[in-house]
Amino acid sequence: MSSEKIKILVVIAVLLALAYIIPHSTSFVVLLATRALVFAILAMSVDILLGFTGLASLGQAAYFGIGAYLAAIMTTRYHFGLNWDFWLLIFLGMLAGAALAAFFGLFAIRASNVYFLMITLALGQCVWGLAYRWSSLTGGDNGINVPVRPSFGLDLTNERTFFFLVYGFFIVSLLLLYILVRSPFGHSLAGIRERELRMRILGYNTWLHKYIAFVIAGAFGGLAGVLWAFTNGIVSPETVVLTTSVDALLMVVLGGAGTLVGGVVGAAIVFGVREYLSTLVPWWQYVLGGIYVLTILYLPSGLMGIPAHIRQWWIQKSKDKNPKKLASVTS
Amino acid sequence: MDTKFWIIQAFNGISYGALLFLVGSGLSLIFGVMRIVNLAHGSYFLLGGYVALSVIAATGSWALSIPTAALAVAIIGLLMERIFLRPLGFDPLRQVLLTVGFAFLFQQAALDIWGGNNMDINPPAVFNNSIVIDSVYFPLYRVFMIVMALAIGIALWLAMEKTRVGAAVRATVDDAQMARGVGIDTNRISMIIFALGAFLAALGGVIGGAFLGIYPGLDFEMLPLAFAVVIIGGMGSLGGAAIGALAVGLADNFGKALFPEVSYFTLYAPMVLILAIKPTGLFGRE
Repeated sequence: MSSEKIKILVVIAVLLALAYIIPHSTSFVVLLATRALVFAILAMSVDILLGFTGLASLGQAAYFGIGAYLAAIMTTRYHFGLNWDFWLLIFLGMLAGAALAAFFGLFAIRASNVYFLMITLALGQCVWGLAYRWSSLTGGDNGINVPVRPSFGLDLTNERTFFFLVYGFFIVSLLLLYILVRSPFGHSLAGIRERELRMRILGYNTWLHKYIAFVIAGAFGGLAGVLWAFTNGIVSPETVVLTTSVDALLMVVLGGAGTLVGGVVGAAIVFGVREYLSTLVPWWQYVLGGIYVLTILYLPSGLMGIPAHIRQWWIQKSKDKNPKKLASVTS
Repeated sequence: MDTKFWIIQAFNGISYGALLFLVGSGLSLIFGVMRIVNLAHGSYFLLGGYVALSVIAATGSWALSIPTAALAVAIIGLLMERIFLRPLGFDPLRQVLLTVGFAFLFQQAALDIWGGNNMDINPPAVFNNSIVIDSVYFPLYRVFMIVMALAIGIALWLAMEKTRVGAAVRATVDDAQMARGVGIDTNRISMIIFALGAFLAALGGVIGGAFLGIYPGLDFEMLPLAFAVVIIGGMGSLGGAAIGALAVGLADNFGKALFPEVSYFTLYAPMVLILAIKPTGLFGRE
């Protein structure tokens, strides 16, 4: 069995285990897991940019925010999306995220490296500024309450049912994004990440590739936003603030960029520390900050890189033990 | 909306710009010299304000709190650069993320030490007066801010243009590799600039704390503004930072007064345009 297949099986096993364990936990844990899963979708959208295209975005909260505000405004003002039309709302949320990214991408994709980071930061701040100040539309600082969840045969006020809905969206997103990164298009993206100039010489339109990746990431950001509006029950400028973008980026780096599931691990750790550990100890933020700093210093490939590190260490160790045997194998 | 309105708004904008210059110039120099996007810069601002509060509580002297807080935070910046950023080597993304990690650690430390309440730095009562010219009131404290920023700006400019170290800094901004080649110790320059940047941000925190207040979350509120200054002005350019600060200060004030609903948008949208068209900023060196 190839290592790729083993990885997939491990991921499936862990996901199945989660689907079994979480609903049997306390409602606090269920809600926590739901929130973490929504952010996991956002983190995966960041990973498409960071891990597979090599673009570090500090403005992913913009697409998250437009999805969340769209859901909040549609449900509270027009009572749209509370029935079967919830699915239409999901579609509109993804469309809004994609459309915003398509517009922002025209500016952002021109820049590279640190400049991309800063231009996405500025774009994110534009959206935050509108959310914060355009009170007649967004409710300003207070935000918009989303008191009801959609109902279509399923009772989504039940946290466990709602968890399964979000879980379903998460699985579908993971699957779609996995297919994307394994596709020829995904491989071209990886090529751009490794060496853009060479890809351009080979005749690839690298701008268009990056642009499409940016738009896809925006669409999944919008999806996460719609789900967040119903998970959180309130949408406010807090949702689109710079720290949300920073969080999403750090989740990816923490788990391991370029792995998709790394962002999920990162989201689980961040929410676990921030919302679970914080109920136990007051110094939880030191733990989170410490984990960030240590990961960045000592684990550039994130937590998902640990097995590879161990394997490396193991090979090194056995090589030291019987150098002759290995030498003959390699020669 | 008469002339009085315009004069007052322009004055407020300029004095706010003076504060932004202190925060932005340090960030600009750090980026120019080290190519580090320092997301902990807002934290230096916040820590400066908090340390000043402690100094005032202990000694009762506002004047003493300004240099003490700025120096204390400069030392924090220096240690952060020496112990963590320097060994990391050159990888922009990891550097950025490391500074974010520190921003979170500082946030928690500030919360533990100073609590979560909104606190005010109270300058001596003299500053509560205003200069009255033709029935327009100019608060003395805001005048002080402008004078302070001007003094710092001129001192920095002289240091950059007239001293040997300043010339070395400029050389490093232009081409770090070449600067190393001709024997400039860019390692030491980085250390000095990082400490100086932290010093300036903390100074801004002490001075700005008197009218913004000092509260948790202020760090990530100041950070994007500082970036706007740096990007509009151009990275690594002192004059650019001054013009950027003035532009952001005025845009912020007039935006809030004239079209409140889109005020932040009018601030950040130009930043996007400048980045898209000329990433090095209006006055940045190529």
